[in-house]
Amino acid sequence: MTDTTLDTGKAAKSGFVTTAALQKAVAFVVLIALLAFFGLFAPNFATGGNMVGIMQATAVNGVLGVAVTFVIISGGIDLSIGTMMTLTAVTAGIILTNLGMPLPFGIIGAIAAGAFMGAVSGWTIANLKIPPFIATLGMMQIARGLALVFSEAKPIYFNDTPSYQLLSPVSSISALIPGIEVPNGVMIMFIVAIISSVVLTRTIVGRMIFALGSNEEAARLSGIKVNRWKILTYAICGGISGIAGLIVSSRLNSAQPALGLGYELDAIAAVVIGGTSLSGGRGTVMGTIIGAFIMSVLTNGLRVMGVQEEWKIVVTGVIIIVAVFIDIFLRKKA
Amino acid sequence: MNETTANAPPVVEMRGIEKSFPGVRALQSVRFDLRAGEVHALMGENGAGKSTLMKILTGVYQPDGGEILVDGRSVALRTPQAAQALGISIIHQELFLMNHLSAAQNIFIGREPSKGLGIFVDEAKMKRDAAAIFRRMKVEIDPAGEVGHMTVARQQLVEIAKALSYDARVLVMDEPTSALNETEVEHLFAVIDDLKANGVGIVYITHKMDEVKRIADRVTVMRDGQYIDTLPAASTPMSTVIQLMVGRELADQHRATGQGTADEVLRVTGLNRGKAVRDVSFSLNKGEILGFAGLMGAGRTEVARAIFGADPIDSGEIRVHGQVQRIASPADAVENGIAYLSEDRKHFGLVTGMSVRDNVTMASWGRFMQGGFMQDAALGKVAEDYVRKLKVKTPHIHQETRLLSGGNQQKVVIAKWLLRDCDILIFDEPTRGIDVGAKAEIYRLLEELAAGGKAIIVISSELPEVLRLSHRIAVMCEGRITGELNGRTATQEDIMTLATQRANAA
Repeated sequence: MTDTTLDTGKAAKSGFVTTAALQKAVAFVVLIALLAFFGLFAPNFATGGNMVGIMQATAVNGVLGVAVTFVIISGGIDLSIGTMMTLTAVTAGIILTNLGMPLPFGIIGAIAAGAFMGAVSGWTIANLKIPPFIATLGMMQIARGLALVFSEAKPIYFNDTPSYQLLSPVSSISALIPGIEVPNGVMIMFIVAIISSVVLTRTIVGRMIFALGSNEEAARLSGIKVNRWKILTYAICGGISGIAGLIVSSRLNSAQPALGLGYELDAIAAVVIGGTSLSGGRGTVMGTIIGAFIMSVLTNGLRVMGVQEEWKIVVTGVIIIVAVFIDIFLRKKA
Repeated sequence: MNETTANAPPVVEMRGIEKSFPGVRALQSVRFDLRAGEVHALMGENGAGKSTLMKILTGVYQPDGGEILVDGRSVALRTPQAAQALGISIIHQELFLMNHLSAAQNIFIGREPSKGLGIFVDEAKMKRDAAAIFRRMKVEIDPAGEVGHMTVARQQLVEIAKALSYDARVLVMDEPTSALNETEVEHLFAVIDDLKANGVGIVYITHKMDEVKRIADRVTVMRDGQYIDTLPAASTPMSTVIQLMVGRELADQHRATGQGTADEVLRVTGLNRGKAVRDVSFSLNKGEILGFAGLMGAGRTEVARAIFGADPIDSGEIRVHGQVQRIASPADAVENGIAYLSEDRKHFGLVTGMSVRDNVTMASWGRFMQGGFMQDAALGKVAEDYVRKLKVKTPHIHQETRLLSGGNQQKVVIAKWLLRDCDILIFDEPTRGIDVGAKAEIYRLLEELAAGGKAIIVISSELPEVLRLSHRIAVMCEGRITGELNGRTATQEDIMTLATQRANAA
């Protein structure tokens, strides 16, 4: 009875709700609840200016989160994204300010530097079999050190390249649609997220990343060249970290070589809150973006309510633990 | 066997032992006894119930019925500790030692001698006591030496020393020589002879006939969870033991149908990989089903993994369709049309968290993209095709494969390789974890595949399965092929004889 064993209609769709999707929905509800709460109880929260501030604060963490989402779904981790971001910003600074080259070279240079560093991490993990945690911990220090060395430990300003402002604070969209003052950095975050989401769900790269994260050995025994895809995954992560480097340095109008440490943890927190499993094989980019928004809404909301800044860090910690608990809880039920 | 042990009363006696697991009657009214100072070999095919019986004797499992007597008194062995307290210890096939601790620390783990008001561990006393036990065993092992740095043979001796430190009078050894070389085996036998002389009774689980001849006093044979017979080891011909182990009538058993062609697709020559695969050579023809029989640990899976490029080989030549091929990775093997279907589908065969569609198409994803994008509609169509062809029971192709039954999971894996156009299929225990009804279906599927021109290798520990499917049977023992049999005429006895034939004893 082949006809009864195969039903690709509605039943298929309903069975398709994964725990990651469910948790993404949970995260989304939490985000809405937070917005409603602060909107009601924090007087100056729901203003246009504050909303733009929140978005701007989300852009860097959101892009870094998307970067590391690739690696985490593949079953790995990348601790070097924060300092890699800084190194790519310094790279852009050297190309644009020190060498005086035009903007596109700076953009390509930053992304290429990130992708290269990521590929190196991936190579040590895939070929030398160094655990991702250790390999990227090493890369975190290497990138931090190189950023300081190349910049001679001094900020590099982009005063000679006024167009650099286009990468974050300027709002190009407001010229097209007046009244929507969304800064370019935020637009870039959304574009990166949409492209990444398509890559993860629609392309062979994404399919491979999910397969690696679900069962690397089965993938290898299916004749898949596991090492090659792993290196590519880390390279993608590095390249996107480069985009984060461009956004952060554009906003500060300078590449700050001492910056970066700690950004990786915020990004990983956003990924986890967004429902991506740290054990690999499950996750979504949109979840990560929601996770990043939850973090910045909290920070901002608490500040607007007059709560001491440092409490935000405590609350973020609690949220991470709760998010992982929800993940475990949903998985047990599934 | 000498006179004194023959007349001594048993240290341990097990009577009418019953044990069931969900869906399986593992032991039915089994009896067994052991005298002080004897080596009592326990033999039987995989799954005969030897291990279950010994787990009951050592307090790991509780029997559903029956009685255990130690020194003539009925006892309840509720935990391994209770068994140990009565002097019953087991040396497992897989050793349970802590690699980073010293020999002495391992021996006294959990009951370290203390000093200074019981706060500090008395390392010196521990070392002295361990050294004393090693002296008694007449072995030279440094009590302070880290166990992880020792050979398997020495680690085993540490385990034996640990058992002796509990004043063991009954020692169960589960295939103790499976990882030892000739010299180490002789050394172990010397230790066993010594233990015997000191009145320790030893239950010796093994598959190797020559070892039984060498050290055992009596042999007890089990089959299908039942006690068959106990015989004196010295005067019983080994062919009798094999016959008792195999037992079943084969007269009306279904045999392989059809036959392979003369078209050779795979030839392996002089394949070596460590101790697991030694000088293995064989060929495989189009349309043929070649069975690989042997006992657990004979090296069959290792041969398959080596051919498939999953493990690196030391030497050997692999010809596919007459051409010598260098196969360094599974990707190379798949390029050459070789597929390996592991017995452990959950870990090595399927990405269980992914859908039926993605698992079926996984090895062929490269074919289903356009400009980097996956052609999901096309993937779905071929997946549905195969689901229909192989009659995979799944509500839809988006079902995660972990939710399918064993038989249907196996079909998904088969579909994956058929879609990839692999024409050499290596099945490792194709029906493990699959229920009886689905088994027959898998057998039919394999026969259809062979009839359709695929070349198939079936590795199986179940003799009836090997005989049911194979046109030709290669039997392995200790990494070597000890013989090839015609699938139509071979008997279980023939296979068992070859499977227990050590190369040097032959």
